[in-house]
Formats: sequence, C-alpha cells, structure tokens
Amino acid sequence: MWGSMFRWLDPYAKPETLYHLCGRLLPYLMGLALFTLLLGNIWGLAFSPADYQQGDSYRIIYIHVPSAIWSMGAYSSMAIAAFIGLVWQIRVAQWAVLAIAPIGAVYTAIALITGAAWGKPMWGTWWVWDARLTSELVLLFLYLGVIALAGAFSEAARGIKVASLLAIVGVVNLPIIHFSVEWWNTLHQGATITKFAKPSIDPSMLWPLLISLLGFALLLAALTCLRLRSQILMFEQHRPWVRQLVDSMAASHQKEQN
Amino acid sequence: MVMWSSLIKRELQLLGRQKADWLNPLVFFLLVLSLFPLGIGPEPGMLKQIAPGLVWIAALLSVLLSAERLFKDDYRYGVIEQLVAGRQGLFSYVTAKICCHWLSTGVPLILVSPLIAVLLGLDWQSWQVLVVTLILGTPVLSLLSVLGAALTMAADKGGILQALIILPLYIPLLIFASGAMEAAATALPYTGQLAVLLAFLLFALALVPLAVRQALRMNVG
Repeated sequence: MWGSMFRWLDPYAKPETLYHLCGRLLPYLMGLALFTLLLGNIWGLAFSPADYQQGDSYRIIYIHVPSAIWSMGAYSSMAIAAFIGLVWQIRVAQWAVLAIAPIGAVYTAIALITGAAWGKPMWGTWWVWDARLTSELVLLFLYLGVIALAGAFSEAARGIKVASLLAIVGVVNLPIIHFSVEWWNTLHQGATITKFAKPSIDPSMLWPLLISLLGFALLLAALTCLRLRSQILMFEQHRPWVRQLVDSMAASHQKEQN
Repeated sequence: MVMWSSLIKRELQLLGRQKADWLNPLVFFLLVLSLFPLGIGPEPGMLKQIAPGLVWIAALLSVLLSAERLFKDDYRYGVIEQLVAGRQGLFSYVTAKICCHWLSTGVPLILVSPLIAVLLGLDWQSWQVLVVTLILGTPVLSLLSVLGAALTMAADKGGILQALIILPLYIPLLIFASGAMEAAATALPYTGQLAVLLAFLLFALALVPLAVRQALRMNVG
C-alpha cells in the first residue's frame, strides 16, 4: 500500500509539476472557499436563531471556532510537511512549511482576537489567563518563531530545514491546546462539536458552523496553493523551466498589448 | 563511553577556565530576583505570594542567557564540523554538552536556593518544594535551551531569536512549577504537578538530544 501511494505521490515532489497542479487547483479551491465562507457566515450571522443564554453575541462562533480549529489544523499540516521534508529530503515539502506558517499565524491571531471580542460580553473581560487562551497564544509565538528562524539564515535552504525541525518540536503544544479545557477546568467552555458524542448544539446553529468550518479549510488550502506557487518560483528562479515560463508569460503579455 | 567521559572532561575544563560563562548567569539570576522587591514593593506577604513565579521567571531568563554562546566557539573553531564529518561521537558530544550545561547553570541555582528563600521570606516547606521543582525543572530548561542554541547556531541573528523560539516551549514548565509551589503555599496536595514535571523531564530527556543532534547537522550543512 505504501509503495503504491509513494509511486502516486512521487511526481508531485517535482517542483514544476507541483507548481502547475497548484495553479490548476487554485481557482476551484478559492471559488469554493469564497462560496462556502459567504454561505456559512451569512447564514450563521443573519439567519440562524439567537442563543437562549448568550443572545446574538454567540454568533462570533462562526468565525472563532473555525479559525481556532484550523489554526491547529494548519500547524499539524505544517508539521507533517516538515517531517516529510526532513525525513525524505523533499524540498517542496520544506517550502510548504514556509507557505503554511504565515497563514496559520493569521488564523491563530483571528481566533485570539475574536475570542477576546467574545470574552468581553460573556466573561466581562477581554483576556483571562485561562489554559486554552494561553496555549493558543503559545501557538501564535511558535508560528512566529518558525517564520523568524527560517528568515535568520543567510542561506535560505538551511533556514527552512532548521525551521522545519522547530515546527516538529512545537507539535507538543497541540495536545496541550486540545485537551486544556478538559485537563484544567477553567473559564473557556468545552468542545461543542469536536467530540464523538452527540453535539451540544442545535442543528439550526450547527449547519452554518460546519459550512464555515469547511470554508476556512478550503481557504487554508487555497492560500497554501497560492503561497506555495510563489515559494516554488522563488526557490527555482534560476531553473530553465521558470525562465521559460516567465518568457512565455512575457510574450503572451506583449501579444495582448499589441 | 570513553568518548563521553573525555568530552565531559573537556567541557568542565572549558567551564573552569571561562568562569564568566556560568558565574554571570548566576549573578544575573540573583540581580533579577532583587529587582522585583525594589520594583513591586518589599512587603513580605506580597513577596511570599509572588515568589514562585519570580524564582521561575528569573531561572528561565538566566538559563536562556547562559545558553546563547553555548555552541558559538565550537562552531567557529570547526569542532562541530569535525564531529559531524566524523559520523561518530556527535551524540556523545550533545549529551555531554547538555550535562555540563545543567551542571553549570541548573545546579548553582539549586545551591543558592536557600539564599533565595531567605530573600523572599519563604518558609521551610515552600523552600523544599522550590528545591524539588528546581531539581525536576532545570534539566528541562537546560535541554530546551541547548536545543535553541543548536537551532540558531549558524543563524546571522542568534541571541534574541533563540529567546523567541525557546521561551514559548518553557511556558508549560513555568505553569506547572509555579503551580506546585502555589499549591504547597496554600497547603494543598502538589504531587500531581511534580509528576507532570517529571513526565516533562523524561519526555525531553528521551527526545531533545536527538533533535539537538539533527539541528547541529543541519546547521553545519
């Protein structure tokens, strides 16, 4: 099974193939992401019923929960890419680490900011030193550390490798974030939908949330494709295929102008 | 094993000759601790309450400070390059480095802890818990800061970057160590926090040396 999977994946380790694959996927992913995000958020923010306890302010869940879940999802995918990049020495996987890191950092920032905005009316404070809030903040610092470390070396390829190692080390924080609300019984509420039992949320509120979740995932994928494409071009700029690509683009651009 | 003991001997010899490497962090630790009463106010009740956090933050900073130059000289003189090229002994080098780093920064902190207890007005019981958390926690601090030093060894902007990437990893340690001391201060059971600290230590002991070795190899390229 592993053999056939690797044979199937192998061509995509070639930067040129991956560049074109990302280019083909990008419009579909971006289109779907925008559609699901608009659908989920408009449904959630305007049409789903208000909460019996929290009133209308619970509606921030449609941004807060998806961004928080995918801030961890992005970190896991980044760490998996880092692992593949280091173990099998696949360069495109290492570039993917750098492609994902800033997106994950922004997702984490969104989760923290919307969480603060939600905390103000519900808990009466913007910030508490609750276990989950703190560990999410640590996640943001880890993302920033990976980005900073990758940029600290004069030789870019070495910086990415070292940053990949840091990304793998930082994985220890993920279970801490996930289980923080169970281990420490603090202010942040428990999971609403990510448990195996029946979700503790009404279907009329659950559906827009699930759609927003899908939307944030698709946006993550689309932005990763976009950033990975530019990473590939940056690192392969001296290769003939990139030169050819640039020449053909310049030629078609000129034709348009004439 | 022969290699390991000779590497340990070498490290200790270097530390003996460059006393600033381990004396400065210790002085820094005591200085930071004495800044807090000046900044916050010298009331004994308040000091006793915030002591757990103070001691641990000062310990974090001083260990971090001492790790900054850990690999710089060996890197500059080509020692690490030779060890990587030699395909042998790099792991012994890493473990020797970690041991000596703990001996030169963690152990002095434990030894001056009675002094800290006097300065911050801790009672006998709190001091005991402080020592146990330091014994369990400082090896983890050493392991992680050696990792940070190894990751940033060949980086152009080392120093502050190392703090940026390693401090987030210190946070769980800080939470549980000061949690144990706070629980002890209010006469609650604290063995749970100590068990978690021990778990951190064993986990880090098993995996961090491997990561350090990998980081050194990458930095040499």
